[in-house]
Amino acid sequence: MIRNLRWTFADGLTLVGRELGRLRHDPGELVAALIFPAVMVLLFGYVFGSAIQVPGGGDYREYLMPGLFAMVTFSSVMGVMTRTAADASRGVMDRFRSLPMARSAVPFGQTGADLLVGLLMLVVMVGAGLLVGWRPHLGPVATAQAFLLMVVLRYALAWVGVYMGLAVGNERTVDAMVPLFLPFTMLSNAFVPTGGMPGWLRLPADWNPVSALTAAARALFGNPGAPSGDVAWPLAHPVAAVLLWSAALLTVFAPLSLRTHRR
Amino acid sequence: MPDPIVVAEGLRKSFGDVQALRGLDLSVRKGTVCGVLGPNGAGKTTAVRILATLSVPDAGHARVAGYDVVRQAGEVRARIGLAGQYAAVDEKLTGRGNLRMFGRLSHLPRREAHRRADELLDRFGLTDAADRRVAGYSGGMRRRLDLIASLILRPEVLFLDEPTTGLDPRSRGEIWDSVRELVADGATVLLTTQYLDEADRLADDVAIVDHGRVIATGTPDELKAAIGDRLDVVVEDPADLGPAAAVLTGLAGAEPTATAADALSVALPGGFRLAGVVRELDRAGVAVADVRLRRPTLDEVFLRLTEEPVR
Repeated sequence: MIRNLRWTFADGLTLVGRELGRLRHDPGELVAALIFPAVMVLLFGYVFGSAIQVPGGGDYREYLMPGLFAMVTFSSVMGVMTRTAADASRGVMDRFRSLPMARSAVPFGQTGADLLVGLLMLVVMVGAGLLVGWRPHLGPVATAQAFLLMVVLRYALAWVGVYMGLAVGNERTVDAMVPLFLPFTMLSNAFVPTGGMPGWLRLPADWNPVSALTAAARALFGNPGAPSGDVAWPLAHPVAAVLLWSAALLTVFAPLSLRTHRR
Repeated sequence: MPDPIVVAEGLRKSFGDVQALRGLDLSVRKGTVCGVLGPNGAGKTTAVRILATLSVPDAGHARVAGYDVVRQAGEVRARIGLAGQYAAVDEKLTGRGNLRMFGRLSHLPRREAHRRADELLDRFGLTDAADRRVAGYSGGMRRRLDLIASLILRPEVLFLDEPTTGLDPRSRGEIWDSVRELVADGATVLLTTQYLDEADRLADDVAIVDHGRVIATGTPDELKAAIGDRLDVVVEDPADLGPAAAVLTGLAGAEPTATAADALSVALPGGFRLAGVVRELDRAGVAVADVRLRRPTLDEVFLRLTEEPVR
């Protein structure tokens, strides 16, 4: 048992190292992944931002950045799903299965590698945010808490990606699913407040984990846009909501992924 | 006969309504190449996946290198190599990076994994390309890398699932040479293929699989002998094809197939003399350009066996 755990860890690390090797040999993909959020900062901050009023007043780019942080956090589902499905459809997963390695190391390795990518993306986003005038206002502890929440939710979401990648198992199908990511993240409070949406749209937007993470980050950074009045539970208690979402996703998708991979 | 190193008995596997394997039996002698032949969808890949512990049979059992593929899968994995139809290597890593990674995942110590990677690259002529990304490799190089990735642990049994499908003749020749070398080193190889000449050149024994079952086994020569010799006749005038076919039907007891506008081919039952054939054709007024009695190719054996309805 202990021996198994040790190998799960060692093999998982080897797979994280694999991701590092891939990034080194194919930096283009990483650059593309990093440019996307930077473009979003410009596009939303200056194009849409020029016409959007922040509820309760305040700078739109200050309002926007927590939403973009949440959006980047959610890109983990797509990234991990794509990498997992590519491994499955190209036979790399079969080779892993035929090796005397710890089987559970594969999903752990995939999610661990994604954390690495996620941290890099966060660093770039923080840089872009600082450039356009975004600032955290509530001190280092609250700021660190906000980033910690992003990392925790990202790791939980990576397991959703592993499961979806294994379940679909086909690179092309997964590629076709990637564009769905944008509407999913936009159906939230990341770019505009949910208060103005029609009721049937507002309900899923309020309960979207993107909204919870955005609201939590706004609160912890001291950025404008805190909802007022009668708001849905996840927006009134965003930190608890993010932690609950993370726990729920991990509880469901980690065992599902491990079982699907062992099959 | 030495003990078989791969034994499968009554393997069954269904995917939904499709029965991929319907009681497959197979036995591979140690140190030989066993060619598993079959049309697409015959169950070759399913059988290999079960033997390589990637998939669990619905019924039946199999042992590889003395270990049960279901209950002792870990022991089996430490003794096998698998190279597939798809080049199962990471295209975004270098060739060397791939081999090192698979070495580490096979639980070799770091230094040993690196040494083994260098050794294999050198032996299979990939040293020059070792530090390039696999994405830039040719199809043949990728397949060779895939093959050597399955050799890291010096496997006792190597499963090759259509290792040369889609390769040009030269790359196929290189893969064949590699396989021969491995067998000379004492490995046992189970090879699935759609190319009959591949089995003819490489395999000591052949198992023909159709509809999820082995329908014939033997050495390529035994299989060819079993369906009898073939008679090829080329006529001077294509108009004589009809009368020639009638003569051959009378002699062989089976309709010949036209292989060209002026050529016929038919399987002969044993004990036929070429002189008798020529005499009969002459009597029917057919001007013969060429008559040849030959062993059937493995293709013909295969077509003959897989044409017949499932017994």
